[in-house]
Amino acid sequence: MLVIKDLHAKIDDKEILRGINLEVKPGEVHAIMGPNGSGKSTLSSVLAGNDKFEVNEGSVTFNDKDLLDLAPEDRAREGVFLSFQYPVEIPGVSMVNFMRTAVNEHRKYRNETPYSASEFLKLMREKKSLVEIDSNLTNRSVNEGFSGGEKKKNEIFQMAMLEPKLAILDETDSGLDIDALRVVANGVNKLKSPDRATIVITHYQRLLDHIVPDFVHVLYKGRIVKSAGKELAHELEEKGYDWIKKEFED
Amino acid sequence: MAEDQDKILEEVTGGEYKYGFYSDIEMEEFPKGLNEDIVRMISAKKNEPEFMLEFRLKAFRHWQTMEQPNWAHLKIPPIDFQDIIYFAVPKKKPELESMDDVDPELKATFDKLGIPLDEQKVLAGVAVDAVIDSVSVKTTFKETLAEKGIIFCSISEAVQEYPDLIKKYLGSVVPHQDNYFAALNAAVFSDGSFVYIPKGVRCPMELSTYFRINAINTGQFERTLIVADDDSYVSYLEGCTAPMRDENQLHAAIVEVIAMDRAEVKYSTVQNWYPGNKEGKGGIYNFVTKRGICKGDYSKIMWTQVETGSAITWKYPSCILQGDHSVGEFYSVAVTNNYQQADTGTKMIHLGKNTRSLIVSKGISAGKSQNSYRGLVKVSKKAENARNFSQCDSLLLGDKCGAHTFPYLETANSTAMVEHEATTSKIGEDQIFYCNQRGLNTEQAVGLIVNGYVKEVINQLPMEFAVEAQKLLEISLEGSVG
Ligand SMILES: Nc1ncnc2c1ncn2[C@@H]1O[C@H](COP(=O)(O)OP(=O)(O)OP(=O)(O)O)[C@@H](O)[C@H]1O
Ligand SMILES: [Mg+2]
Repeated sequence: MLVIKDLHAKIDDKEILRGINLEVKPGEVHAIMGPNGSGKSTLSSVLAGNDKFEVNEGSVTFNDKDLLDLAPEDRAREGVFLSFQYPVEIPGVSMVNFMRTAVNEHRKYRNETPYSASEFLKLMREKKSLVEIDSNLTNRSVNEGFSGGEKKKNEIFQMAMLEPKLAILDETDSGLDIDALRVVANGVNKLKSPDRATIVITHYQRLLDHIVPDFVHVLYKGRIVKSAGKELAHELEEKGYDWIKKEFED
Repeated sequence: MAEDQDKILEEVTGGEYKYGFYSDIEMEEFPKGLNEDIVRMISAKKNEPEFMLEFRLKAFRHWQTMEQPNWAHLKIPPIDFQDIIYFAVPKKKPELESMDDVDPELKATFDKLGIPLDEQKVLAGVAVDAVIDSVSVKTTFKETLAEKGIIFCSISEAVQEYPDLIKKYLGSVVPHQDNYFAALNAAVFSDGSFVYIPKGVRCPMELSTYFRINAINTGQFERTLIVADDDSYVSYLEGCTAPMRDENQLHAAIVEVIAMDRAEVKYSTVQNWYPGNKEGKGGIYNFVTKRGICKGDYSKIMWTQVETGSAITWKYPSCILQGDHSVGEFYSVAVTNNYQQADTGTKMIHLGKNTRSLIVSKGISAGKSQNSYRGLVKVSKKAENARNFSQCDSLLLGDKCGAHTFPYLETANSTAMVEHEATTSKIGEDQIFYCNQRGLNTEQAVGLIVNGYVKEVINQLPMEFAVEAQKLLEISLEGSVG
């Protein structure tokens, strides 16, 4: 589904991704961990098409399409979803209006007729109960005045609405209380299916207790320096990153 | 029913022929330029009573002593006032054979706005026999209003039919001495609208329904007068939400609003005249004087405007809060793109006790345009406990445009409470990217973000107007980002 080969990306001549290789198959869950500033959010931004970063080497294919060749909105319509580490506020734009535009753009892209207002509201109710999001959040402007945790829940709600093929969750667990963490994890799990894949970026094992990864990767200084099964996350939780940094620097 | 329609058709087509013939003669008789004879001729052609001629002549004589103003933030090419044909019998627009001859860009805009085909034809200057829909609307409309004693007619008609009201109120809010363009307008105004709402009457409909079509030929010196008597209410919508191609370069209109005891007047404008092309050529210069007076206690005047058109806009809808406890509100969105210049704002003059005013101004600048807000809040000595709150926000799209805010404050009473807040923001790349990531293209994203930004103002517009205004905003900013 997703094949990343030797991906390099930079900002202002500072190289941040320095040769990433990763393959994600349908149905898989990959966890990406790594110290602060190692390039995890940069990788997700580059995959989503943020032109702040310049890709200077490498390739990314998504379902046999050259992902780097697509505009960000087309990547989204192809089924790439990014749950932002820091979701932005859009004052005055109602969630309903925002999501309806988004969902209908996806439908148009697939040559489906746009949803009518009532069809859309029905879908929205369904998804709201699926991810247990508070009703009055969706009556407000996009993320405006939302608490940190509410913003993250809202990202998962949007993911549920758009049903992406590949969801990249960038620290969706940070800032969540224990109940919210379970709600978010349940939401992700309910949307899991054999033809969808998830990349979970996190610092903590506790999310991975709920969303169990097939693979765990460690990103360090712009490269994936270690990959293993879910047990790697436990090991990191126990020992921290020092042993990996040492191993890598040797 | 069929008979009715036939009658309407006949009325309209018959009327049109007469009109066309009449205007041809007019064109021959009226030379370019302005002098006292021209003013007399205008008055005579309109068959005006003596007092109107006096009104015009006084204004004209005063105008001759004035100089064209010089504004700091507008670049205005010199206007040759002797090169204009006064008495604005509509300059004949080129008549097109069919919709196929209409500029495709204009046609596309009409379609985006969802304007019915018949109206499109009229707006674009395609020959039509009659616009049945709007005529019948107009007829039923007039009957309903008449039942309530509401007067809604052209100023020319009012001069003939209701000379006492005109004598009493015309020029009472904007006297000809007020400014250069006000004097010019008073001397040569061609036509416009007159509204009178009797005591205790709530006007049951927005006064606008057929206005889009009707307003087309009122010319470049338009004059509007609205009088709301005690305990009455009216919501008036001005303008044309479609982009009109107009041969007139200079528009100098006057709007006067008078609210008596406990009366409320809502005046909404969506203005989208031709702004000139992307290089800044052509386009309309829009110099308007709009002023309302809250004459009575507990009266209220509300101005709401969405300005997206014109090459140069200069306008400050104002409120004189004379009655005690009277309220003035001003909500404005001004969009400038390419080479447009806008200098707008408001004046709130507090004279009565416990008067309140609210100003919400949202400027949006894109391209190489300049957008200025200029607002005056004045509290006179006798205005005990006056309150004002002003919120002026500017949104910049790109870095070649400019936004300027000039709040002026004059208080002569220490009990006044005046607050001013101003913000300037750039449309965030991260906001656009967030929308992109959800499947919206950049143009949609900008449209959505901008509409969110102006929501407070748009919410003040009547429903159907609001929808058109939103579409207009998106159209006028097309291609300005990314
Ligand atoms: N806009 C930017 N300008 C300059 N440097 C940047 C920019 N964005 C990211 N960086 C740098 O790139 C590096 C990687 O940042 P990134 O946000 O990808 O880290 P991360 O792995 O997501 O960290 P965290 O765990 O703290 O979220 C950091 O050194 C960061 O300072
Ligand atoms: Mg990060």
